[in-house]
Amino acid sequence: MKTKQWTWMAWPLGAIPLVGVIYQAAAGLLGPDPAETLVELLGWWALVMLLASLTMRPAAQLLHTPGLVIWRRTFGLWAFAYASMHFLGWGTLLLGWDPDYLAEELTKRPYIVVGMLAWLSLWPLALTSTRKSRRRLGHKWVKLHRLVFLALVLGLLHQSWVQKSGYGETLIFVSVAVILLLYRLLHGRNMVNK
Amino acid sequence: MIFRHKNPLAPRSDEITPESVYLKRRELMMLGGLAGLFSALPAWAREVNPVDEDASRPLWLKDQVARAVTAGPDSEDVLTPYEDVTAYNNFYEFGTGKTDPAENAHTLKTDPWTVTVAGEVEKPGAYALEDLLKGLQLEERIYRLRCVEAWSMVIPWVGVPLASLLKKLQPTSKARYVSFTSLADPKQMPGVRSPFTGIDWPYREGLRLDEAMHPLTLMAVGLYGRTLPNQNGAPFRLVVPWKYGFKSIKSIVRIELTETMPETTWNMLAPDEYGFYANVNPAVDHPRWSQARERRLPNSFFDPNWMPTQPFNGYPEVASLYKGMDLSKFY
Repeated sequence: MKTKQWTWMAWPLGAIPLVGVIYQAAAGLLGPDPAETLVELLGWWALVMLLASLTMRPAAQLLHTPGLVIWRRTFGLWAFAYASMHFLGWGTLLLGWDPDYLAEELTKRPYIVVGMLAWLSLWPLALTSTRKSRRRLGHKWVKLHRLVFLALVLGLLHQSWVQKSGYGETLIFVSVAVILLLYRLLHGRNMVNK
Repeated sequence: MIFRHKNPLAPRSDEITPESVYLKRRELMMLGGLAGLFSALPAWAREVNPVDEDASRPLWLKDQVARAVTAGPDSEDVLTPYEDVTAYNNFYEFGTGKTDPAENAHTLKTDPWTVTVAGEVEKPGAYALEDLLKGLQLEERIYRLRCVEAWSMVIPWVGVPLASLLKKLQPTSKARYVSFTSLADPKQMPGVRSPFTGIDWPYREGLRLDEAMHPLTLMAVGLYGRTLPNQNGAPFRLVVPWKYGFKSIKSIVRIELTETMPETTWNMLAPDEYGFYANVNPAVDHPRWSQARERRLPNSFFDPNWMPTQPFNGYPEVASLYKGMDLSKFY
């Protein structure tokens, strides 16, 4: 199959969880605290998409399927989309953008600040995700897009900090992240040049 | 307890009372003969527990729950519906997700159930639950439940004041604290089996003896007029309405009267975040979030239903227990 024929498929793939969440919300399946549950789910998927995005380059190498590299961008943009919905849902559904509530959350919940920084660090990546930007920025683009690792670390810190206990999920996320970072360290040069 | 079937051994699985009917139950009973009204309700108006554990509970327990009398402080609060109370739980023995207990707790075997009573009591021993509760009058108490995670519910419990039970067990003059232990059976409880919980099982909680003897402190065996569903801590759990929910330990297998302050699970796990007392207190924040307000459940997408949290969860009658104590230090 030609690469071009399937690379678009990451777009609908990334939309599947969103469709699922919207269905659950519409069908009243999110329980007695639906807004909180919805916001949690969106945040969870933002992290999954971010990890999926970072998996694509090693996957392309290991599976000898260079076309997968294109999915890195698609999943990265989905991560930004889920993180944005997570943020908007939190502010709108849970806090109603009440200035007092916002001030309280920002001062008393340090992990909220960390989560916001993670989301903010995704902005420049999303804004320069087009092929045109990449050409225009050249070498600077590669440097800029290393911000994704900052977003990942902040995102994971945010996720683990929210937990009351039970580190199972965090452990899985962190393990995947560590494997990806190790792979990059070992094969880094290779990856940048390709 | 409200609309009993003729054959108590075979109650119908759709017998659960909708909240609206439940609230008017006394009027309905006064009218007499109107019990049939319930069965005339359309199916969608009844809330159905997918696994009807109540039907398979021992007869003595169902009978004792059915004979409960109304007691406790008056409540103006709107009850959290049965389906939410029984579907949204923190019971880490069955998983850390809110819906995990309702999904996984069917593996819990609650009959026969033995409670070991030990320590500074005149009548220690391994009691069958039936013997432990024999001769005690059960009461229905509508209490607010405030979770340390800043959400809350209003639940009609059925239980016996812990004071009545302790009177029966006769604490010695040395007894200063009551310690409770939950069942921790990896075979029945996936959360106990899991290598990732981070909790040192079994779950443990404790009260000072005067807190335990306070008339508000309840040992619950039921809710909404029925025996406790497994996910809510069947068959026998603590309910302390002025403390954060994690103090109200579930599925208790051991009660020990002690001279020294017992170790408690969340305090062992994160002593800077969870104290031994854990009284609901809007003035003392959790290190990672504010405790000044709470989301009363159920809420909706359009209204998170925030309300201010009250000191001692709105039970000021317990304040005298803590006279002279710095509650920001003894959180």
